[in-house]
Amino acid sequence: MLQTYTYPEYAYRASAEQRSGKLKCHPVVIIGAGPIGLTQALDLASRGVPVVVLDDNCTVSIGSRAVCYAKRTLEVWDRLGLAEEFVAKGVQWEIGKVFFRDQLTYTFNLLPEAEHKMPAMINYQQYHIEERLVQACEQANGVDLRWKHKVLALEQSSDCATLTVETPDGLFKLQAQWVIAADGAHSDTRRLIGADFSGQFFQDRFLIADVVLKEGSLGLPPGFGSRAERWFWFDPPFHRGQSVLLHKQADGVWRIDFQLGWDADPNEEKKPERVIPRIQAMLGPQVEFELEWVSVYQFACRRIDHFRHGRVLFAGDAAHQVSPFGARGANTGVQDTDNLGWKLKAVIEGQAPLALLDTYHEERAWAADDNIGHSTRATDFITPKSRAALRLRNAVLELARSEPLARPLVNSGRLSTPTPYVHSSLNTPDSALFAGSMCPGTACVDAPIERAGQPGWLLEQLGRGFVLLSFGPAAPVQVGGHVAQVLQVGRDVIDSKGLLQQRYDGQPGTLYLIRPDQHVAARWRQFDPEQVQAALGRALKLHTGA
Amino acid sequence: MSLLRHPNIDQPDLFYAELIAAQRDLSDEQADMMLSKLVLILCNHIGDRAVLSEAIALARSNTLPASD
Repeated sequence: MLQTYTYPEYAYRASAEQRSGKLKCHPVVIIGAGPIGLTQALDLASRGVPVVVLDDNCTVSIGSRAVCYAKRTLEVWDRLGLAEEFVAKGVQWEIGKVFFRDQLTYTFNLLPEAEHKMPAMINYQQYHIEERLVQACEQANGVDLRWKHKVLALEQSSDCATLTVETPDGLFKLQAQWVIAADGAHSDTRRLIGADFSGQFFQDRFLIADVVLKEGSLGLPPGFGSRAERWFWFDPPFHRGQSVLLHKQADGVWRIDFQLGWDADPNEEKKPERVIPRIQAMLGPQVEFELEWVSVYQFACRRIDHFRHGRVLFAGDAAHQVSPFGARGANTGVQDTDNLGWKLKAVIEGQAPLALLDTYHEERAWAADDNIGHSTRATDFITPKSRAALRLRNAVLELARSEPLARPLVNSGRLSTPTPYVHSSLNTPDSALFAGSMCPGTACVDAPIERAGQPGWLLEQLGRGFVLLSFGPAAPVQVGGHVAQVLQVGRDVIDSKGLLQQRYDGQPGTLYLIRPDQHVAARWRQFDPEQVQAALGRALKLHTGA
Repeated sequence: MSLLRHPNIDQPDLFYAELIAAQRDLSDEQADMMLSKLVLILCNHIGDRAVLSEAIALARSNTLPASD
C-alpha cells in the first residue's frame, strides 16, 4: 500500500540540555508535531517567540486523515508563506453533489466570493501538509524541533511547568513558561493534567479507503471525473442502507468514506477481501484500482473543560474532537493557533495580563461548541437514531429533488467557516450602523489592493501587530507597548477594484481596529484617538481607565 | 395566496435538530402519532383551504413513483 507517498524519517538528535544535564527554562514548549503543533510553532516563531517542539515519533501522520482545508486555514498558512504552494499542489473544488439512492437530489456550490487570494476549499493529504510544515520549521529562526521526545510527566508551579521527557538517550527534564498541548485526540498531556474531556460518542463506524485508479481506466463511474467535486450518497445502490463520501486528493488518490454501521467488526472490515468488493461495487467491475490505505474509525464530538490549565494550553484535537462531516477538525485546530499565538506573545513579553490568555478559552471554546453543534447535527442527519428520524430524513431527501424548500435541510456536513467571536469580551460593540458582515469578532474578509504600484491582497497587510484600517486620515495609537499602525486606504494601499470599500462599508472616515489574528476588534465612523485607545486596551485586557 | 415552495425557515439546521429532538424517548408509534399531530396543528395554523390542498397534492405527487 501507499505507492504514491514515501514517509520521511526525521533524525533524532540529542539536545544540548540533555547532554549537559542542566535544567533549562524555555518560553514555550509545544507537545506534538502534527499540523496544529507545527503551525503554532511557525506562528510563534514568526512573532519572535522561540519555541521547542517535542514529538514522540519521527515522521509525519500515517495514512489517510485530514483532507479538506478551508479558506480561513489557508489564510493562516499564507501568513506563514506556505499556502500558495498548498493551493498549487492540492485539489480545488467548489461543487458538492448529494445523492439519495440512485438519484441526484441536490447540488451545492460553495460559491466563493470572487477576488479573494485563497480559494474556498482545497483537498490535500495531511502527510503532505505536515512534511512541508516540518521543512518550514527546520528553516525557521526560533523553532527547535525534537523528534523521539516523549513527555512522561508534567508538573506545574505558579510560574513554569517541568516536563520529564524520554528520548533514546534516556530521561531528562526541561522547563517551560508555557506548554501548548497539540498532541491529538488521545492527548497524553490531557491525561497527565487530568482535564475532563466529555461529549457524545456516536455508535457508528466508517471505513476509509484511499484508492488509486489504474491509468487509462475506462468506464469510470460518475464522480471520478477530472473535475474535483465532493460527492455524497445516502443509501446508494452500491452500499445499501449506509452513506458514502468521495473526495479527490492530490497525486490521483481518491478518498472514499464508507459508513458501516455500529455492528461492523473493525478488524474484519479492514481486510482487503472485504474492502475490495465494496470499492468494486462502487466503481464497477471493469475499473482496475489499487488500495493505498484502509482504516476503520469511529468518532466522538467532545471538548476539554477548559483550554487553559495553569501553564498548559490545549489546541487542536487535544482540546476538541468533531465528527468528520464538514472538515472541522484540522481547520478549527489551525484557527486555535491563530487565536493563541499573539496573545501568548503579549503575555510572555509582559505586555498583557494573564486575563488575555483566558480569552483564548473564551473565544475558542465558543468556536469549538459551534463546530461540535454543526458536526453533531450533520451526524444525526446522516445516521438517524430512530425510525421516525429516518423517515423524516428520507422525506427531506425525496422532497429536495424537486422542492427548493427542503434543500436547506439536507445535511451531509456543513463545511468549515470561521466562527465569529460575536460575544467576545475583547470586542468593542458598534456605536454606529454598518452594512455587511465585518462586525467585531469576525475574521477579516480579503480584498484586492495595490501597494506601491504592485497588486496584492488586504490580508497580506494584516496579521503582525494591531492595525488601524482607515478610510480617512488617522494616526497611530499607542497603549503600553502596543502601537496600532495606520493602514490608510488611498494612501498606503489603493482600493484598486472598490471591493475594500464595499466589503467593509468603508464610507469616508470609517476606521477598523484589527487584531494580530486578522479579526475585527472595533470600528467607528470617525477617528477618535481616545476611543481607539480604549478599544485597543480592551482587546488586550489592559484596563486603561479610558 | 399560494403555497410557498422556497425555503422559509430561519436557521434550518436548528429547526431540524429541534424536530428530531422532540421524538426523544418516544416509541416508534408515539413518534408517528406526534408527527401526525404536528401536521394537523400546522394545517390548522395555515387554515387557507387552497394552500392546504396544494400542499397535500405536492406531498402526494412527490411520494408516488413517477408515472412516466
